[in-house]
Parts: sequence; C-alpha cells; structure tokens
Amino acid sequence: MSSTNERQTPNGGLTFFAKSQLLSADDVARGLKRMAHEIVERNESLDDVVIIGLQTGGKPFAERIVELLRDISKSEVPMGMLDVSFYRDDLSLHPVAKSAQTIIDVDLTGKTVILVDDVLYTGRTIRASFNALSDYGRPKAIQLCVMVDRGHRELPIRPDFVGKNLPTSEVEAIVANLEGVWIGEKK
Amino acid sequence: MITSIRGGNLLSLNNVSKEAILEVLDTAESFVEVNKRTIKKVPALKGRVVASLFFEESTRTRLSFETAAKRLSADVLSLAVASSSVKKGESLRDTISTIDALGIDAVVMRHQSSGAALQVSRYVPHVHVLNAGDGQHQHPTQGLLDTFTVRQVLAEQRGTTGLESGAELFQGLRVLIVGDIRHSRVARSDIAAYAALGAEVRIAGPGTLLPSSLEGWPVTVVDDFDEALAWADVVGLLRLQKERGTGSFVPGLGEFTQSFGLTLERQKLLKPSALIMHPGPMNRGVEIDSRVADSSQAIIERQVTNGVPVRMAALYLTIAGTSEGSDND
Repeated sequence: MSSTNERQTPNGGLTFFAKSQLLSADDVARGLKRMAHEIVERNESLDDVVIIGLQTGGKPFAERIVELLRDISKSEVPMGMLDVSFYRDDLSLHPVAKSAQTIIDVDLTGKTVILVDDVLYTGRTIRASFNALSDYGRPKAIQLCVMVDRGHRELPIRPDFVGKNLPTSEVEAIVANLEGVWIGEKK
Repeated sequence: MITSIRGGNLLSLNNVSKEAILEVLDTAESFVEVNKRTIKKVPALKGRVVASLFFEESTRTRLSFETAAKRLSADVLSLAVASSSVKKGESLRDTISTIDALGIDAVVMRHQSSGAALQVSRYVPHVHVLNAGDGQHQHPTQGLLDTFTVRQVLAEQRGTTGLESGAELFQGLRVLIVGDIRHSRVARSDIAAYAALGAEVRIAGPGTLLPSSLEGWPVTVVDDFDEALAWADVVGLLRLQKERGTGSFVPGLGEFTQSFGLTLERQKLLKPSALIMHPGPMNRGVEIDSRVADSSQAIIERQVTNGVPVRMAALYLTIAGTSEGSDND
C-alpha cells in the first residue's frame, strides 16, 4: 500500500486507502465558484447572511466561499465555525471526536445562516448543528451548502447547494478538501 | 500507564500519560467557549446521572463539578452528607450501593480518607468515578485545571492559544510549589501533572511539612526559598491545613509566614512574568499576603473560572468516551 494514497478524514477520523480521485482541485474550485454564485442568486441581499463552517471538514470550504462572495458581490460576509461534537445523538455509538473550537461572534437571530460542510452523508451532523445553532439565536433561515452529497440519508435533510452528487456505497469512504475528492474503502 | 481517561475513571494523576492529560486540556478548551455563551449548555450528557458525594466540606470544587455536570445537561444527585444516613453510621459501601440502586452513570466524590475513590470504583465497577479529593492523596481535577490555567495564560502572552501550544509551553517550565506539601493532595496532583507535561518541579516548605520520603517524586527540594522564588516561572502556594492538624507541625503561623509566606517583600524577588497560584481557600496573611493575592501576577480567580470547563472535560471524556476509532458522516 502506497502511503501517498493513505488518506485520513478530518478531525482524526478514519484512515482509508484511496482507490481513486473523483474530483481534481480544479473541479472543486469550479464547484465552489458555482455554489457561491448560486448563494448570491438565492439570497436577495447578503447583508443578513452568515457563513458557518462545520468543524473540521467544512472549514476550508467555508473560508473559500467567503472569499468568493467577496469577489462576486464586494460584500464581506461574516463567518463562524461550529463544532457539533457535544450535540451528537450518537455519542454512545461513536467515541468522542477530538473536539475543535466553536467561534461564533455574531448573534444569529434574524440572520440567514449558510452551513458549509465537506461531505453530506447520513445528515446527523446537520441535525446536531440545528440544535447547536439554536443556542446562538434564532436564525431567519438555514441553508445547507456541501461539497459532496454521497447519499444514504437517515433524516429528512436536503442540501440547498451541492458541489457534486456522488452516489456511493456505505462501505466506501469519501474525503473532500480543496485539493480534490477521493473515494476508498473503510479500513 | 493510563493513556486516556475516555470511558474510565479519574482517580489520580499518578501514572497518567502526557497524552491523556493533554486530551483533557484540549477538550476543556472547547468548553471554555460554551461557558462564555448566553446559553451555557450543551446536550452531550443528556439523560446521564452524576451523583455528587462530598463527605468533606467544599465550596468551589462541589459547585464547580455540579455546574460542569449541569452544563453538559446531566442530572445531578447531590448528597448532603451532614443530613444523610451517613450520620446514622451507614458505611461507605452501603451509601454507594444505595445511590447506585437509583441508577447513576458517574460519582464525583470527596472523602477524608486517602484511597476512598479507588475503593468506590471497586464497589461499583460499572460507574465512572471522579475523585474530587481523597484525604492526603490526590485531587486530580485541581492538577488539570492548574496546568490548564498556566497553559492558557502563557499561550495568551505569546499571542497563541492553548490548543495550538499543546505541551510545548511546559518544556523546561520552572514550577515551585510552596508550603504544606505533606498533607496536600493538591500538591501531589499538581506535581504529577506538571512533571508529565515536561515541567521542572521544585518544592519548598518547613521540614516538618515535607513528605517523610520523596522516593519516586519527580521533584527536588530547595535549600534557599528566596533563591527559588527568583528561579520560578510559576509559584504554586498551598493552604496551611489547620483542620488536618498542620498547626502542630509549625511553631506558629507567624513563624511560617516569616519563613515561607509569599509576602510583599518576597514578591519583589519574583520575575515580573512569574505567575502566582493558589488552589483556595486562601489563608490571607498566612501563606499569602492579601495584597499579593490581589496583584496582577496572581491568577487565582482564573483557576476558579477554569474549574468548570476542565471538569466538564473530565466528566465528558469519562462518561461519554469509548476508546475505539471514529467514523465520518
């Protein structure tokens, strides 16, 4: 096994052997650009928009989206980071993830929150994030932006902005970052 | 050697690895944010039950542990020992069995006997036991919150965060612990934590208040207290424990203050950057001058503040933690 193909999901999660690269860095960049335009199109004004990246996988994507929105609309959209470890419903099944910091300096009441994550899978992380967000105010609306939607939802959650739909098998693992998207087998 | 407290107990900091301590400190960093919010609560331990058993009086540790448990959404059963069946002569074992029969996930316990927490962990092996101080043995969460506070303050001074610093700030850090080491569980936990993280620890105090044997202690005893003050980056003071009969170990409180109290004059010997700590409750005018305690070098209030996030981390890791790998979604 080549060590260059050994990839790890963010947050010290599972390590897996990457079989193939599904998206290149360029593909990811294009997907992000398109999503940024869609965000501008969907929201009349960006004045009340707050971008929240989900720790830790969503963070680089959220940062990139904020940059792109700045280029497109010349407006500075506030950004925050949310770690949902303490809101998960599967603490007894999963070990405690190494937690990352939550930084939300804005009152979310009346804002349109755009959650940004790397991979959308069961939807449980997103469900946990709804609970977490409600502790920071009452947003006017929450929209969901993900780089990859890999299917297998266990909850009625649907993304608003998708970089790429990638139907997968449950035994597979996906890693997405700014350098590309890889698929492999869970170790 | 314990490499993680996940899913286990927190009885002592002896034989706890650097990684295990860092795991608690790093987790506590996340809880600092929770404690600054308007809604200071996360559902991490919803439905779990934490029993708080204090056989010895305490203000800060008890309030801090119970606040921590509540901020994690756990239910807290608090036993007021003074008005309980313990006063009728019920044994520790029976008290624990009775509480266990109500269905609990964890016990936070303070007891006047060394080893009481370990004993309870044997009585109820399916319950997580967190030692909140046992006799003259250990007070692990105090050791954790002291090292957490030092890391936080030093990281801030360097414009970074504790999370980014890891254990780096403790490399070669000079820690001086002063006073009644002999009877102090705080000293034992502090020394273990600082040493595990890579700091150099020295102790100072009257001969009668030093342990009878220092075999296995990662410390050296200082000859000249004033010189040691100039050497130290962190000075940890200890309370003179009159209730444990400390009074008979020194000729008099005035004598102790004169030899080992941190007076205004002695404060001048410290490096300007040195930090002064005290686990509380303080005997102002005995081990520390009141003006020193209120000076900007003293980080005593921060120790109290940090007690909550550090105890949240200890409860969270022991109760919710398992030790297997993680999954993504």
